[in-house]
Parts: sequence; C-alpha cells; structure tokens
Amino acid sequence: MIESIPLDYYLILSAILFTIGVVGVLIKRNPIVIFICVELMLNAVNLTFVAFSRYKSDLGGQMMVIFVMAVAAAEVAVGLGILVSIFRNRTSISVDEIDLMKG
Amino acid sequence: MTAQLVLFGILAAIAVVCGICMVLADNPVRSALFLVLVLFSVALLFLSLHAVFIAAVQIIVYAGAIMVLFIFVIMLLNLGTPERVVDRLKPQQPISVLAAIGVILVLAFVIASVPVKPQMLPETIVGPSEIGLSLFTADWLFPFEVVSILLLVAAVGAVMLAKKRI
Repeated sequence: MIESIPLDYYLILSAILFTIGVVGVLIKRNPIVIFICVELMLNAVNLTFVAFSRYKSDLGGQMMVIFVMAVAAAEVAVGLGILVSIFRNRTSISVDEIDLMKG
Repeated sequence: MTAQLVLFGILAAIAVVCGICMVLADNPVRSALFLVLVLFSVALLFLSLHAVFIAAVQIIVYAGAIMVLFIFVIMLLNLGTPERVVDRLKPQQPISVLAAIGVILVLAFVIASVPVKPQMLPETIVGPSEIGLSLFTADWLFPFEVVSILLLVAAVGAVMLAKKRI
C-alpha cells in the first residue's frame, strides 16, 4: 500500500478541462474546432473514469475508457464525413449557415 | 508523496493552459496541435494513476489516429485561414462565460459529494494482460462485441457519406 495524492485533485482537474471544452463548444463557429472541443470533454471524462478506477480498485472504469475511445473514433469518422459532404455542396461550413434542419 | 504532487501540478498546469490556448486560438490547426499537447499530458496523468495500457492507447488512438484525421480534414477543406469562418454571434461569448460558471458550480457540488476517498492505495499496475482478461472473458465481452458492430457501422457510414455517387 502506498500513499497517493487525493482523488479530489484529479476530479477538479477533469472538471476544469470539461468546462473549457463546454466554453469552446459554445463560442466557436468552426465545426471542426467544435469537434476538437468535444474531444477535450471526452478526455476529461476519461480522466475521471481512470481516477475512480484507481481509487476504488475496480477495473470497470478503464473498460469504460476503452469504450469511450471507440465511440469517439466512430463519432469523429462520421462527423468529419458529414463535414466533407457539406463542404462539397456549399463553400463555407460556419455553423451559423448550416440551418437546413431548423424547424 | 511530494514528488507525486509536483508531477501532478506540472501536468495539470500544462493540460489547463493548453486547453485554454486551444479555445482561444483562431487558427484550427493551432487548436488541433494544442489538443495534442493536452492529450499527451492526460496520457501522463493516466500513467500516474498506474493505468499503463490506457495511457498507451490514449497516445496511439487519440494523438495518433484521431488527430491525424482532424489535421487531414482541416488541410483538405482549406480551413487553416481563420477568416473563412465569420462569427455572427458575438453576444454569445459573455453568455457562454455565465454558462461555464454554472457548469463548474454543478461539477463542484458533485465533487464535494463524492463519498469514497481512500488515501492508501495498492501498488497494482493495470497492464494489457489484466485489461485483456477482463475484456474477453468477464462481464465486458458483450459490450466489446457491440462496440465492434458500432465501429463497422461508422466505417460504412463514413464511406457512404464521402462517396459522390453510390
């Protein structure tokens, strides 16, 4: 058994990273940068999972991180495919101009 | 204990500063490269939590594969110049700061209510063999198969989206 730094530090760090990602999603107009900020949020959650996995001595958290990474890879592949096909039809991809599905 | 704390402080500072730079950068390529720095420091934090396999996967999958995809699409769509995207929602920015304060208050409330806080931890290192045993034999086999189908669907969907005529 070894002494370690408190769990709270990891949780606070991942909360800060998650909030930075939220701000990025809110203020950015470029969809690729929005995707990048979503990746940052996913990473903050991954850090929380691994920290709880370590401090509860439960492997389930690390399993969840693997699944989150797989889902993130799928999301990026489909999202960037959508962006490329939008860019093919119109030259700009600012999120303000993509309002085709607005009710 | 103190060496651990200093290491954690350095890595956390790198992650937070690079994250803020990532949001503030105008150029999407710079945002992507700052995200790579954040990913590397989070990978080192995984190492400090004795999650060796997850740290390696983080660098290979995130900093390797996913970031290459991002940079590739930025180059392909010629988005490196910031004036391609015009911001027409400037008043959204101060409101988003308020939203961020709300999010961090909620998260602080949740963190304060976490009950499990042990200080002494076992010296186990979670390597590939433990991960593999848990993933392929125990409770996680069915989710693993489902995720494999999800990845197949995503690959087929990306190809269908990118093709001009099917």
